[in-house]
Amino acid sequence: MRRVVVTGLGMVTPLACGVEETWSRLLAGQSGAGPITRFDASHLATTYACEVPRGDGTDGTFNPDDWMEPKEARKVDEFILYGVAAAEQAVRDSGWMPEDEDSRCRTGVMIGSGIGGLSTIAETAVLLKERGPRRVSPFFIPGALINLVSGHVSIRFGFKGPNHAVVTACSTGAHAIGDAARLIAFGDADVMVAGGTESPISEIGIAGFNACKALSTKRGDTPEAASRPYDADRDGFVMGEGAGVVVLEEYEHAKARGAKIYAEVLGYGMSGDAYHITAPSEDGAGALRSMKAAVARAGIDPSELDYINAHGTSTMADVIELAAVERLLGDSAGKATMSSTKSAIGHLLGAAGAVEVIFCILAIRDQIAPPTLNLDTPAVETPIDLAPKVARKRDIRLALSNSFGFGGTNASLILGKIES
Amino acid sequence: MSDIADRVKKIVVEHLGVEEGKITEGASFIDDLGADSLDTVELVMAFEEEFGIEIPDDAAENIQTFGDAVKFITEAA
Repeated sequence: MRRVVVTGLGMVTPLACGVEETWSRLLAGQSGAGPITRFDASHLATTYACEVPRGDGTDGTFNPDDWMEPKEARKVDEFILYGVAAAEQAVRDSGWMPEDEDSRCRTGVMIGSGIGGLSTIAETAVLLKERGPRRVSPFFIPGALINLVSGHVSIRFGFKGPNHAVVTACSTGAHAIGDAARLIAFGDADVMVAGGTESPISEIGIAGFNACKALSTKRGDTPEAASRPYDADRDGFVMGEGAGVVVLEEYEHAKARGAKIYAEVLGYGMSGDAYHITAPSEDGAGALRSMKAAVARAGIDPSELDYINAHGTSTMADVIELAAVERLLGDSAGKATMSSTKSAIGHLLGAAGAVEVIFCILAIRDQIAPPTLNLDTPAVETPIDLAPKVARKRDIRLALSNSFGFGGTNASLILGKIES
Repeated sequence: MSDIADRVKKIVVEHLGVEEGKITEGASFIDDLGADSLDTVELVMAFEEEFGIEIPDDAAENIQTFGDAVKFITEAA
C-alpha cells in the first residue's frame, strides 16, 4: 500500500487559535479551563469548561471574522466555523492549493464531529415550539449537519475528491484521520484534509453530559484543577471545544512537490467493545485490541513506542486505559512516556482525536512530551512515566494516540518520524 | 425614500452583506446582490418579522427585486 504522510496542521483549541500558539502554551503547562462565559450556567451541575478564547485574533484569540464572512458565519453552527478555521490553517500550512482540475479531483475532505450542531438544533426546537414552523431558518439544516464541514471546506478550496464525514463520538477525529489515510493508501485520493470539530459548550450539551454523570462538577472554585487524568481526586471530564485538522498526503506526492513533511501515519487500529453505551469494558480488552491492531499495521514492536497521547479523560476509565497500555508494552512499560493533554484543554469530543494526533506529531518534531497537568496523587501505581505537570524532553521516534467513544468505539493511530 | 424602503434596505444589507449603493429599485436579489435560493427564503422571513406581515409562498416567489419587496410590503402593511 502507498505510504501516507502529514504535510499540514491546523487547530482551534481552548488554549489558542493556531497550532504553534496552542503548542507553546501546552508545553508551558497552561490550562484552558475557566467559568463558562458563553451562557448563564449557574443553574447547572457543572459551571466550568474549556472555552476557545475569543478576541480580535491577536495573541492566539479566535476571531470568527478572520475565518468566515460574517454573513456566512451567521448561517452555520459554531462547530462548522471551528472546523473551517482549522482546515484553512492546515491547507495554508501544507501549501497545497491546486488550480488544475485533476489535482482538485484527487484531493478530498473527511472532517467529522461527534454531535454536530447541537445548540442550533436546541435553539431551533424552542423557536419552532414558541413561534411556529414559518420561523425556522432555511439555513437550520445545512447549518447543523455534521458533513457540512467537509462540504464547506470542499467548496472553499475546490477539492472535488472523496467528501466524507465521520461520526463516532469521541473517536471521531482519530477515525477521520485513520480512514482518510486509508483512502490515500488505497489510491482513492492523493491528498485528504481530515480531522474533527465540536462545539458542545451549550446549556443542552452540559445538561446532557451532566445527566450521563460524565462531567466534573466539584471544582467550580478552581476550574483549572478540574481536569486531572490519573489523579486520585478526579471526578469527571471537563468539556472542551474546538477543532483539529491535518493535511494527509501520499508520500511520493509530497516529496515531488517539495512539501514540508511532519510525520508518517504508520499504523491505524480499530475495535468495538460490545459492552456498554457509555462505559468502557472494565478489562480494557477493546482498547488493547485497538492498540494491537495499530501496532500490527505499523509493523513495529510495542516496545518501540516512545510517547503515548492517552485518551485519559479524567474519569474512572483512565485506569482501564492505563492497564491496557501496560499490557501492550509489557516489560518495556518503564521506557515509555504517556500523558493526557485533556488535562490542559479538556475533552474536545469529536475534535479530541485530531487535536491529539497533532500533539503527537509536534512531540515527534520537537522531541518533547506535553505534560499531564494536576497529577498530584496518582490513583494507581504504574511503571509508565505520566509526565506529571511538566513537559518531558526525550527521544520520540514513534507516538501512539488513543481515542475511545461512547458506544464502545475505539481508534488508535501510530505516527512516526520521517528520517531525512 | 420611504420609511419602508429604508427598513427593507437595512435588512438586505444585513443578510446579504452587500453595499447599500448596490441596492437599486430594480436590483435582483439573486442576479445582482449575490443571494441564493435559501437566502431569498430567509429574506422573506426577515421582511415578515420586521413588518409583522405574512407573505404567502406564491407571493414570495414574485418578490425578485428590491422594488418588488418594497411594493409588496407597502401594499400589505
